[in-house]
Amino acid sequence: MTELIVNGERHTVDVDPATPLLYVLRNELKLNGAKFGCGLGQCGACTVMLDSDPVFACLIPIVAVDGRRVRTVEGLGTAEHPGPVQRAFMDEQAAQCGYCIPGMIMRAQALLERKAGASEDDIRQHMEPNLCRCGTHMRILAAVKRAAVTMRSAEKPSRQREAGR
Amino acid sequence: MNPHTQTKLSRRRLLQTGGALAVYFSLRDPLDALAQGAPPPKLPGSLDKFPLLDSWIKIDANGAITVFTGKAELGQGIKTAFIQLAAEELSVEPGDLTLVTADTGRTPNEGYTAGSHSMKDSGTAIQNAAAQVRGLLLDLAATRFNMPREQLKPQRGTVVAADGRVLRYAELVAGLDLHRPAVPGAPKADPKTYTVIGKPLPRVDIPAKVTGGLAYVQDMRPDGLVHARVVRPPNPAAKLKALDSQPVEQMPGVIKVVRDGSFLAVVAAGEFQAIQAMNALSSLAQWEGQANLPKQANISDVIRALPAQDTVILNQGSLGQASGRALKATYHRPYQMHGAIGPSCALAQFKDGTMTVWTHSQGVYPLRDSLAELLRMPKEQVHCIHTEGSGCYGHNGADDAAADAALIARAVPDRPVRVQWMREQEHGWEPYGPAMVTEVQAALDADGKIADWQYEVWSNTHSTRPGGAGNLLAALHLAQPFAQPAPTPIPQPEGGGDRNGIPLYAVPNARVTSHFIPAMPVRVSAMRGLGAYMNVFSIESFMDEMAALAGTDPVEFRLRHLEDTRARDVIALAAKEFGWKPNEPLPKGRGRGFAFARYKNLAGYAAIALDVEVERETGVVQIGRVVAAVDSGQVVNPDGIRNQIEGAIVQSASWTLYESVGYSEREITSRDWGSYPILRFPAMPSKIDVHIIDRPGQPFLGTGEAGQGPASAAIANAVASATGVRMRSLPLSPARVKAAIGI
Repeated sequence: MTELIVNGERHTVDVDPATPLLYVLRNELKLNGAKFGCGLGQCGACTVMLDSDPVFACLIPIVAVDGRRVRTVEGLGTAEHPGPVQRAFMDEQAAQCGYCIPGMIMRAQALLERKAGASEDDIRQHMEPNLCRCGTHMRILAAVKRAAVTMRSAEKPSRQREAGR
Repeated sequence: MNPHTQTKLSRRRLLQTGGALAVYFSLRDPLDALAQGAPPPKLPGSLDKFPLLDSWIKIDANGAITVFTGKAELGQGIKTAFIQLAAEELSVEPGDLTLVTADTGRTPNEGYTAGSHSMKDSGTAIQNAAAQVRGLLLDLAATRFNMPREQLKPQRGTVVAADGRVLRYAELVAGLDLHRPAVPGAPKADPKTYTVIGKPLPRVDIPAKVTGGLAYVQDMRPDGLVHARVVRPPNPAAKLKALDSQPVEQMPGVIKVVRDGSFLAVVAAGEFQAIQAMNALSSLAQWEGQANLPKQANISDVIRALPAQDTVILNQGSLGQASGRALKATYHRPYQMHGAIGPSCALAQFKDGTMTVWTHSQGVYPLRDSLAELLRMPKEQVHCIHTEGSGCYGHNGADDAAADAALIARAVPDRPVRVQWMREQEHGWEPYGPAMVTEVQAALDADGKIADWQYEVWSNTHSTRPGGAGNLLAALHLAQPFAQPAPTPIPQPEGGGDRNGIPLYAVPNARVTSHFIPAMPVRVSAMRGLGAYMNVFSIESFMDEMAALAGTDPVEFRLRHLEDTRARDVIALAAKEFGWKPNEPLPKGRGRGFAFARYKNLAGYAAIALDVEVERETGVVQIGRVVAAVDSGQVVNPDGIRNQIEGAIVQSASWTLYESVGYSEREITSRDWGSYPILRFPAMPSKIDVHIIDRPGQPFLGTGEAGQGPASAAIANAVASATGVRMRSLPLSPARVKAAIGI
């Protein structure tokens, strides 16, 4: 039995401990966001967040995430109430086939939580592990930049509030 | 059924109904033309093949509207564009419509979703059908109100009379019979009044895709689902010699090992169990037989030496008269792969004698027919439903995965089976875009214009789509294999290997020869743009070489040879927006390039200007700013067009700078993204601007494949501008650039 916390919910799964996290998320927990792309950590389609880091869910055996916090694109928001990064991807229409996009969003989310003021160059370097084949890169970059702005401005008032206390 | 027979029959039916309907149709009666001996008028787009209005649009008793298309959403945004067309013509909000895409049980057979045909074929059909349905609703309302049609206005799902009375569509449907053929020349909404067409409606599929909704065939989990994996031979010629599958059958979760000749698969309860079983099977299987692939370095010579069927596709004037300077050049393209980010996947279920397959194939009907042949089942008992997959960019593993799923599902009846290809299977077994060679020679006249033009292209087929069970990979591995159908060339004017082989430029004396090579050293098929990518790369590179020979600016040189005003317009717009100036001095290592094409010489126009920086020490080409101008006819969704052109530029940049399938004489060696690198974020252009020329009321020309050819040549021309060296072999990889500039 392995216990994992996914998008704030605790789950216990009974699978071979070698099973990659990706298959547990997709099949046991029925979460569509993380995608199978290569199983080799070369394309980033399966990117999820483990604690605060972007990781390849296709490579991490379930035993290694025992008790740790996993976040997937489902944890950021819904179609009706998207999170700021999802919202920015919608606003920029940053998808063609869209298969790589949940992985892109999770990698971007990890960057912007760590560095809300990420520069264009930061974003390009940070997004390097994730592949897109439709050529939607310019829109993905625009969406991450847009999310950086909204997340920064959301952060400022709260910091000011904290400073004022 | 002949559509014109249907027209005739229904006319009788219409006349019997009398009243407003008959008046409405008699104004544009195609039979008047027939009576005068003219050929029967064609119906617009795919309506010509499927003229019945209810093939395209149904309105139920509650007024709920469903629109049907035989085309598939591949990430190109057609669902949204089709909804916009229908909403505009039916005067309803886009959200009031349901769209059903390619499904052999429900939609018209519109063949493959390919060749930038969707807007032209299906978009045109939906728009015209919707316009006619609106006309019928107005007629019914006119009868109910006893008012002339001119005093009625459709408005958000209702018909509003001049005196203020309102009827909802739902109140009119009782009298509405859409099981009638469309008529030619029915009036459509005036482009000046458009409120939905031409607007950047957000894509209907994006919210689910960015929030983890059910968006792809990979995401389907019907009750009782089991997971399957296939084990492919180590090379295309290998046969399964021996296998003791018993240890695998004992593995946890394993339900069945499926073997038919050299077709090998395993079914398990869990997905990771299926993968572990696949790995075990793979190590237990003993194969015999060696592939004999050509030497990668010699592929151009191999291609040119194979027997060819030659067709002269252009022969005008008389060659050899030009007295001016001349040039000759040869260009090379390697095998390149579609490389979907999500490997192919399919679900199949064999239940109650029917095989149902959920597939991301581009052609559910041709696939259905091929599966029926493969399974030796009647077509009626095979049902293919398009369900989105990862972007395909042509004929990739989608159909083959569907065949795998069907064969496996037959072996475990009743249970839904999900087959997911592994990365190395997609890389190793998808049919690639063909290796090609082109050769061009041209001479100038005394005025610096091209007088003579000779062009030759050597290529395998650009379509081995099913079309026949033998085009499905698994069919070749069965104990009783199916023969691969003999490949045939796709004829002009669209062409296959010779797509865009005829220059759009005015050249008085010209000969263009297409060498079609039936024998395939490596399995190939349709990849986005087919031969257009290579032919435009060649022609547009060579136009720059000829411009230099003539001592003329490349943009001016192109315009000098173009009569088509729409071609001239996109070129002028791209040059203007880029700020193209003849003979502009550039810093060392910087270059700029321009290129243009009209896809297939009959579809969308695209012109691209861009600049690059070439790092001499590494040979790395970094693209800077890119400006594109595009004319796709009437714009339905401008943001959709921009998205497609941006994607075309980036994808083509990846093909052009990086991509070449690797192989030894024994096997394909490009098995993952490490051995087949593609463009990543740090190498992206600094900016891409797409400018659209709208052509209100003009036919849809399609956009999906308009930009790839011009992007490739614009890059090569910019590299030549930056380095002074002309590179004619794709890809323009760092190693090749370094070698070319002599570092």
